[in-house]
Amino acid sequence: MASLEGVTQHLPAIIVAVPLLAALAVTALWWFSNKLCYPLSVGAGLIALAASAGLFQQVLSYGVVEYRLGGWPPPWGIVFRVDHLNSLILVAVALVSFLNLAGSRVAAEKEFQEKVGAFYALYLLFTTGLFGILITGDAFNLYVLLEIASLTGYALIGIGSGRASLSGLNYVFMGTIGATLYLFGVGCLYVITGSLNMVDIGAILPNLWPSKVIVLAFLLCLGGLFVKMALFPLHGWLPNAYTYSPSVVSSLVAPLTTKVMIYAMVRVTLTIFTFDFAFNKISLQVPLVWLAVLAIIVGSLMALSQQRLKKMLAFIVVAEVGYMVGGFWLGNRAGMSGAVLHIINDALMTLCVFMAAGALSFRTGDDRLTSLKGMFRKMPLTMGAMVLGGLSLIGVPPTCGFFSKWYLISGGIEAGHYGFVAALIISSLVNIVLFFRCFEIAYFEPFSGSAGHQSGPMEPDDRSSTVVEAPADMLITLLTAAVLLIVLGIFSGQIVTRVIHQVIPALTG
Amino acid sequence: MEAITTLIIAKYNYWAVILLIVIGLYAMIAKKNLVKKIIGMNIFQTAIILFYVSIGAKRGATLPIIVHAHGDAAHAIHAADYINPLPHVLMLTAIVVSVATLGVALALAMKIYFHYGTLEEDEIQKKIMDREPDKVATSGEHL
Repeated sequence: MASLEGVTQHLPAIIVAVPLLAALAVTALWWFSNKLCYPLSVGAGLIALAASAGLFQQVLSYGVVEYRLGGWPPPWGIVFRVDHLNSLILVAVALVSFLNLAGSRVAAEKEFQEKVGAFYALYLLFTTGLFGILITGDAFNLYVLLEIASLTGYALIGIGSGRASLSGLNYVFMGTIGATLYLFGVGCLYVITGSLNMVDIGAILPNLWPSKVIVLAFLLCLGGLFVKMALFPLHGWLPNAYTYSPSVVSSLVAPLTTKVMIYAMVRVTLTIFTFDFAFNKISLQVPLVWLAVLAIIVGSLMALSQQRLKKMLAFIVVAEVGYMVGGFWLGNRAGMSGAVLHIINDALMTLCVFMAAGALSFRTGDDRLTSLKGMFRKMPLTMGAMVLGGLSLIGVPPTCGFFSKWYLISGGIEAGHYGFVAALIISSLVNIVLFFRCFEIAYFEPFSGSAGHQSGPMEPDDRSSTVVEAPADMLITLLTAAVLLIVLGIFSGQIVTRVIHQVIPALTG
Repeated sequence: MEAITTLIIAKYNYWAVILLIVIGLYAMIAKKNLVKKIIGMNIFQTAIILFYVSIGAKRGATLPIIVHAHGDAAHAIHAADYINPLPHVLMLTAIVVSVATLGVALALAMKIYFHYGTLEEDEIQKKIMDREPDKVATSGEHL
């Protein structure tokens, strides 16, 4: 029992250290055998998932967990600080990355062949970066981990063939601008406070409020994170990067990168600059919500004009970023809770639809919408998961997408921001059109590859002969993700009252 | 006039940083050649490194090693006599990050060159148009 206690004390370090060390081990093992990379990576993902669940449990029972690296006390040393907000998102991120990893074996072998070891090493380093961003309590440390996640993200996207490297390089340029602006902002904060610890800066700043340097630091940090999270009009890098990357990569990067960046925005705004400064001293609230409204509308309209499934989903991601940014900057309890709840919901929904798209293109070898023909009969389970993911993105109860959208809309009404409410409703309507267009093609139009069954619905006994589902491990993880959408929907109320309300500052309403 | 010269001369390090940022951003946005864009990106990152290094420096201060202190370190140490080492140490990490970014960017540029046979953005654009006209036509955007 003593050893178990020793382990539970070090959970914050384990979450970051295990994927990092496993990435090194994978790189070393890869020289000897390609076969060992997958089980080792899955093992590391499982340990990280268990550690994040344990940490969540600790935070729920004892409150904030603070882990001092090397034993140095906070203002001087680097601390990992876990509260209700990041422990919840940690579990979601660990779950999403684990599910995607577990289902990646066949597709990764087909896609990368002898380079499969490099893929798994980059995958683990990417998750290391994301866990680090979520867990750290140090502003400069956040930058370093941001770059670890981004650099591995560039490499993962650039591995793909064809236009992937060009979209990857474009992402490098935009991502570097974003991260460097954030670094500049942290430098300004250091100049004026002499501290890098987030809580410490948050305590020092209120005494210095008239200073213009704080405003500059605030704008630089936010601007940098906006580029990283692809908020319209800084979203230019996202659609092509997610479309042309290999499908196992896009189902990892698309659900996680933007969501973790939105968490970073919430953390920087609430912990470093404090709620009072961001919402009362600076009048950015209204323009930022309008920017989010534009992001939602433009993302949805651009999604409508796409002919490729992955590109359509990528533009939906752009719109979803608008949901969360807008909800957060509404500045009331419902809106902020909705935004945080939507971070975890959207991570799972995006995972589900991107994994389904990956499974479809694994079998058809193409991701054009026209290649969906007859897919309900050919791959019924995959399309079932796609339907659940689509319903969740539209916001149909009891899937989890409904509940976060409900909070966001009620936050918009409470704040009297009807433009945001209208944008949410329009985007939901557009999502209905988008997904039902896919379902229509997949259900009513016959599969073009099978000459015998060209017209009319098929007989039930014909079905078994034509079903060619995705490989079993891909299918199991995909269905798990789809079922989790409903499970998460059922528990949304509890998550909001027991977890999210602990961190959202108590406001009127 | 005198006020402006004082502003420029007294804070020349910030002006240098701003100038480098603008040069870097200009190269990244306006240049068509991908390697020139990568160089611009590196100048942009270097500007921020210079910013951090310059904020640690103090006029007349020495290296932050206590052995060199005045009066054999017998009395309290005056922080004003020493350069602040922390921003410099932070920049070691930032330099590593910028080297790694440069490496990834150059590797991607090589991949692009092997695939398209050129590093000029407009020529690549033309090749994409020629190879897959329907994709560009339907997505209605460049790159």
